[in-house]
Amino acid sequence: MLTIIVTGLLFLMFGKPLLQSLDVFLIQPLTNDNGLAELGVKAAPLILIGVGIALASRANIWNIGAEGQYIVGAICGGGLALAMPNTPALVLYPMMLVAGVLGGMAYGGIVALLRVQFNANEILTSLMLNYVAQLLLIYLVSGPWRDPKGFGFPQTAIFSPNAAAPVLVEGTRLHLGVVFALVVAVIGWLVLSHTILGFQLRVQGSAPRAARFAGFSDKKLVWLAMLVSGGLAGLAGLFEVSGPIGQLTTTISPGYGYTAIIVAFLGRLHPLGVVLAGLLLALSYLGGESAQIELALPSAVTGIFQGVLLFFLLACDALILYRIRGADVGRFAGLKARFVSPKVAPL
Amino acid sequence: MPLSAAPDLTDTPLLQLSGIVKQYPGTLANDHVDLTIAPGEIHALLGENGAGKSTLVKIIYGVVKPNAGDIFWRGEKIEIASPNAARALGIGMVFQHFSLFEGLTVAENLALGMNEQRTRKQLRDEIAAIGARYGLQLDPSHNLADLSLGERQRIEIVRCLMQSPKLLIMDEPTSVLTPQEVDKLFETLRKLAAQGCSVLYISHKLNEIRALCEKATVMRHGRVVAHCDPRQETTTRLAEMMIGEMLTAPRPRLGLSPTALPCLEIDRLTIASDRKFGVDLKGVSFAVAKGQILGIAGVAGNGQTELMDALSGEVPSGKPSAVMIEGIEAGHMAPAERRALGACFVPEERNGHAAVPGMTLSDNALLSGYVRKALSKLGFINRPKTTNFAAEVIKRFDVRTTGPMSEARSLSGGNLQKFVVGREVLQDPKLLVVSQPTWGVDAGAAAAIHDALVQLAEADTAIVVISQDLDEIFSLCDSIAVIAGGVLSPVTRIADTTISDVGLLMGAAGGATETDASYRRNDAA
Repeated sequence: MLTIIVTGLLFLMFGKPLLQSLDVFLIQPLTNDNGLAELGVKAAPLILIGVGIALASRANIWNIGAEGQYIVGAICGGGLALAMPNTPALVLYPMMLVAGVLGGMAYGGIVALLRVQFNANEILTSLMLNYVAQLLLIYLVSGPWRDPKGFGFPQTAIFSPNAAAPVLVEGTRLHLGVVFALVVAVIGWLVLSHTILGFQLRVQGSAPRAARFAGFSDKKLVWLAMLVSGGLAGLAGLFEVSGPIGQLTTTISPGYGYTAIIVAFLGRLHPLGVVLAGLLLALSYLGGESAQIELALPSAVTGIFQGVLLFFLLACDALILYRIRGADVGRFAGLKARFVSPKVAPL
Repeated sequence: MPLSAAPDLTDTPLLQLSGIVKQYPGTLANDHVDLTIAPGEIHALLGENGAGKSTLVKIIYGVVKPNAGDIFWRGEKIEIASPNAARALGIGMVFQHFSLFEGLTVAENLALGMNEQRTRKQLRDEIAAIGARYGLQLDPSHNLADLSLGERQRIEIVRCLMQSPKLLIMDEPTSVLTPQEVDKLFETLRKLAAQGCSVLYISHKLNEIRALCEKATVMRHGRVVAHCDPRQETTTRLAEMMIGEMLTAPRPRLGLSPTALPCLEIDRLTIASDRKFGVDLKGVSFAVAKGQILGIAGVAGNGQTELMDALSGEVPSGKPSAVMIEGIEAGHMAPAERRALGACFVPEERNGHAAVPGMTLSDNALLSGYVRKALSKLGFINRPKTTNFAAEVIKRFDVRTTGPMSEARSLSGGNLQKFVVGREVLQDPKLLVVSQPTWGVDAGAAAAIHDALVQLAEADTAIVVISQDLDEIFSLCDSIAVIAGGVLSPVTRIADTTISDVGLLMGAAGGATETDASYRRNDAA
């Protein structure tokens, strides 16, 4: 709500009529079938990645590297598509799916290895690996994998039809990935709330010593969380290049890996909440595009909307969970806060 | 005692509460409570957990505002708006749950609680002076995170003494001290009282109250039920006033059969602690037979945490044969595998170690019960079975809560402890290792926990009780060993030793740790 107000004010600052802008940004994208299909297309990678991040974050394992895992998944699956374009779709596409997942898992696995063996902070390593992945992608599409008939553009050949994600509704871009996203969200929810595994993740996140007492291995959980969230990010990347994009380019992700972090937290780290959050942020992508076209606003609007949303989310959490004391208590505010505030970690 | 205080104040009480009422949603925590504390008096506040003591004390310390009632300080009607105001009046408090910051040093923690600024030098001098005067040793440069519960409590006490208070509130201060240290503390408190500083002393250890306090106010269900002179009453009588019913004497223990087979054997267990100021275990050896209760006494921070971690498998032992459970080498095993062998554990810290505060009791029952109670199948949690198990623990151990779905943090300390102990006891363990089973628990709950342990031993379970409460060990255990500086003394039968012998062993250890710690610090420097 606060986000909408601030975004609206921002539109006003750009000299655009308030209601019309919000209408273009938030409502119009939903008013036709194709818009809804596009919403699904944008939401699918966000949900896939978001569920993975939500599961890992429940165990206090912060995977900021979904962007890189997404890219590596896309490279692995896409490379397979380029290598054997004539293999029948029924054989090729499942292989690509597996390659995408394995690629993401391997890339997430690097982070897990560094954390378990060398106690390296996973936030830093996973974030840094994003840039490695992005540069690898640029090298591949502008070097060895460049389309010989592509007039020198840094992109690969268009994938063969055998390597295209099956489309669900004729005439739209709604592809198999949307189904996968929903299935993954449901499985994620089942795992988290009904299995020992999910229980381990939750205990690890809220009381690491209790997890040790119960006999849960934190190393195994780090591996698991990174492999699962990495694999899901890789799967999302594969769907994106084999679906809406259809080839590897330097810009296969509009920051899905980062936006999915917002999705995970907006969804309260709950896999089903992630679905709703994914839809909302997908809408911000669509709204950003239509704002560019109809209102001539810069595409940064999307990023601003997402940023403002996360800011208010975290700020509201802090305000709900902690009480603000007036300045008159001076330097003892902190001391006193310990007596009045419940001991709840933010998020 | 009042005679020795300033003469002009003898008639006016230092602090007088009249008709204090505090209503919480669902419960009346304080129902027209009256309390009078004279200057220089050591006054005991007695009551079970949930009797309203904490609320009353929080009102005095300005943390909680009463709904009705008056507070008089030296005869003047006042309102205590905040702990800051309370400290300004001269009220100091040592909380049962410490208000300390993990990431700071001892000196920094002390500086945070003070109303005036001091330089680091002044602070160090003052800490040293108070330490020497009252026998409370503290190194200002230690990090809090590396200190044991006992050492942390010393910080709290020193923090209060630094403000030269007129009224010192102490919530269960002795649970982590050796008998000699307790005597020293009592000396300190008596010295303070003689200088005119009143002490409001909250404890469940009735013997201490009888030894120390000259007046007592007994609370039950939010009401004051009795005023008395504890020196004139028996311990049983005091406990009955508190609980409101006749206490049954502890059940007599059946003698231990001499042919009992060993259940737990520890052979030269040596583990270097992974914490900065942790205590390394050095060649710890002992054996516990089926049906035997072994008490391990010691001052906090002498290797108990490390021993508990090594027994539970949270920290694996160097060689598999160092820990034998039921004759099987278990030193390399993780906690879950040791549970499968029949071992159950109750660690010292309830919140965040033995239980997850933010999770339901049902989830907390799952936490350690999933192995022995088979609460999951093919990786899926069997919810009905888990909830039933939690409900059974709640029922059998009289845990006061709204049900298995309430969060662990909503329970009072004693209730949560009953739940945690009950959870392990009801898993029919062959071996049970309990650390501080009744720390911060009221007499009623402690009796229930002791009873459960005795019953378990009669059912042929081997039990290890790691405790700083010597009364507990002497009333509960068959044999005793003392851990000091990571070294365990030989096991002796309770009948062959005395409290003061054990106290000497514990005290000797204290010095050893002190040197050890400073030795390590020099190495690091």
